Amino acid sequence: MLKQTEGSHAIAESVALCRPEVICAYPITPQTHIVEGLGEMVKAGDLANCEFINVESEFAALSVAIGASAAGARTYTATASQGLLFMAEAVYNAAGLGLPIVMTIGNRAIGAPINIWNDHTDSMSMRDAGWIQLYAETNQEAADLHIQAFRLAEELSMPVMVCVDGFILTHAYERIDVPTQEQVDAYLPPFEPRQVLDTHEPVSIGAMVGPEAFMEVRYLAHHKQMRALELIPQLSAEFKQVFGRDSGGLIRTYRAEDAKTIVVALGSVNGTIKDVIDELRDEGYAIGAASIVSFRPFPSDELHELLSHAKRLVVIEKSLAVGIGGIVSHNLRMALSGISLHAYTVVAGLGGRAITKSSLRSLFEKALRDELEPLTFLDLNQAAIDRELAREQAQRRSGPSAENILRDLGIR
Amino acid sequence: MEMQQIKFYQTGTFTVGNRLLDEHQRSVQANMQRTNSLNSGHRACQGCGEALGARYAIDAAMRAANNQVVACNATGCLEVFSTPYPETSWQIPWIHSLFGNAAAVATGVAAAMKVKGRKEVRVIAQGGDGGTTDIGFGCLSGMFERNDDVLYICYDNEAYMNTGVQRSSATPAAARTATTPAVGAAPGNAFGQGKNLPEIAMAHGIPYVATASVAYLRDLEDKVSRAMTARGARYIHILVPCPLGWGAAPHDTIKLARLAVETGLFPLFEAEHGEVVRSTPIRRRVPVEEYLRPQKRFAHLFGKTEAVDTIARIQAMADRNIRKYRLVDERRHG
Repeated sequence: MLKQTEGSHAIAESVALCRPEVICAYPITPQTHIVEGLGEMVKAGDLANCEFINVESEFAALSVAIGASAAGARTYTATASQGLLFMAEAVYNAAGLGLPIVMTIGNRAIGAPINIWNDHTDSMSMRDAGWIQLYAETNQEAADLHIQAFRLAEELSMPVMVCVDGFILTHAYERIDVPTQEQVDAYLPPFEPRQVLDTHEPVSIGAMVGPEAFMEVRYLAHHKQMRALELIPQLSAEFKQVFGRDSGGLIRTYRAEDAKTIVVALGSVNGTIKDVIDELRDEGYAIGAASIVSFRPFPSDELHELLSHAKRLVVIEKSLAVGIGGIVSHNLRMALSGISLHAYTVVAGLGGRAITKSSLRSLFEKALRDELEPLTFLDLNQAAIDRELAREQAQRRSGPSAENILRDLGIR
Repeated sequence: MEMQQIKFYQTGTFTVGNRLLDEHQRSVQANMQRTNSLNSGHRACQGCGEALGARYAIDAAMRAANNQVVACNATGCLEVFSTPYPETSWQIPWIHSLFGNAAAVATGVAAAMKVKGRKEVRVIAQGGDGGTTDIGFGCLSGMFERNDDVLYICYDNEAYMNTGVQRSSATPAAARTATTPAVGAAPGNAFGQGKNLPEIAMAHGIPYVATASVAYLRDLEDKVSRAMTARGARYIHILVPCPLGWGAAPHDTIKLARLAVETGLFPLFEAEHGEVVRSTPIRRRVPVEEYLRPQKRFAHLFGKTEAVDTIARIQAMADRNIRKYRLVDERRHG
């Protein structure tokens, strides 16, 4: 059914259709509307057979989810930013235990300075925790990916993060096709756990493993993600059969067939990128794009094939690996083995800085002329930085730099 | 011919031997059908109070719950000595997740059981004092506050024993640990610090809180059984001496646990909905020195010059407990 609705609410409806049995909630902007929506459905009785638990921290949220999932319940939670970091220990634990929890990340920057707006620093910090990570480009895809996420998680016994750009998607009202319960039931069978806390068949879960087997256990997690590289396209294709639209998959390309320049990015920024590519294509440039939907597992083969005939690669990154540059770019290096091209890393949109069409256009034009630096910070206010650096040079106690920069901007 | 007087309390513990009791009054451990939930063969040290406490507590819970128990364990000695894969001493469904989240994991298990209509399955969370009073305190308080249907058992050996005897917020004043060494002007752990977790649990107004000791195992079993008759959040705090960490002989575990009670340093009581409803009177009141002296963690109090002032301060703490929990009948003992 078509609906004009908020991204968060569409996700909540989608999750509810997956018949979750335990939902843990702790408020953190910008994911709050999702769990609020689910809480209301449970309290009103619209979502039956579901325990909605208001916990005292994100660490508890994921810990409750671990217990519930280990006891055989389909379990969901959502978080963002500092919340994801606060639950970091449990994030690794849930993956290590092989528990198919689905968690939405309302992507948001990490402080300090505290910032509630969108970038990918939070989920990128957990990229190697052993979770599958899917990035939604639109709210329709965000809603759809959750249905695929439960299926994927439970088939593999592995947790899945669905990463949704905070505010840009979570708080945007759009037309969403909300599936029917019959469709979701046809796609998503009941949860059959691989291991479960059952009094009739007692097992010990989560005991210590020494050097004699730890490598093998970790390797199996990697092996599962390699299997996910096959499973994710299958589930996406099956999703299309049941729901009638494309959603998910490993990567999604846009006008990339004969493109000599390929722009790669994750999440909602792909919408703006496509608009700019349309303009440049109209002007005759051979430029295309690829959206990485599955960042973990990383679709190296697909990206290798895509880039094998390209001359240029521009990676738009909403996160910064301080001290080296781009995270996505460095992951892409693995996929570039044997390919010779100009690769540009562009760090953009940190802390919610708008990534505009005009900025992308001049960026791509520079790339097409091979005039880009290997590492670029899009729309960086160099003057503000120079002033702060000068201040630090001039006096030892120069004060909080974030405050200084804002003061400078204010007096201009 | 000289007659020898028959002693009713053979062991000096005031514990009535099972053979003197009716069958239904006998301890869970004396029962041939006991579950051995924490089975033999684990790696606990000789004289480990925690292993003893856990075996009694979980078997009693199993009997009360008709063998339908799931346990969620915090990281710590109990977790490590009971389970390195592929071996496990647990005969019940058991999960270890992290150091600080046992209470929250238990909340999740209880929620899953409820939603699946398995109301007969009862959930226990358990951890040491570090996992309970320090790193797991946030999750524990949350579980209490929501009144989740979980019995949390803290096996308190008064320090981080698993990592090599470091101070926790349950370490007593003056005790030597690896992080409160017996050096300087005020050797050992500082006075005026630490948490009284049973009282903090009571402040949450939860249905049941109790303290117990491995020296009073029947009492421990009774308290677990009583806790299992209630639903909602329940808390039992068991004092479990650690020969390694306390610097005591393994064969003195029970003796020290008993002395902790008889000095008044570890009061035995039960509370319901935030109010103390019963406390166990001290039958033979003992000065704290008798409890402190056999433990190497207090050896610095009994050096060339006895730390009279420090011992007096510890005695005052015991006296305060005795007054507060009415552990001695003042009419009888003057």
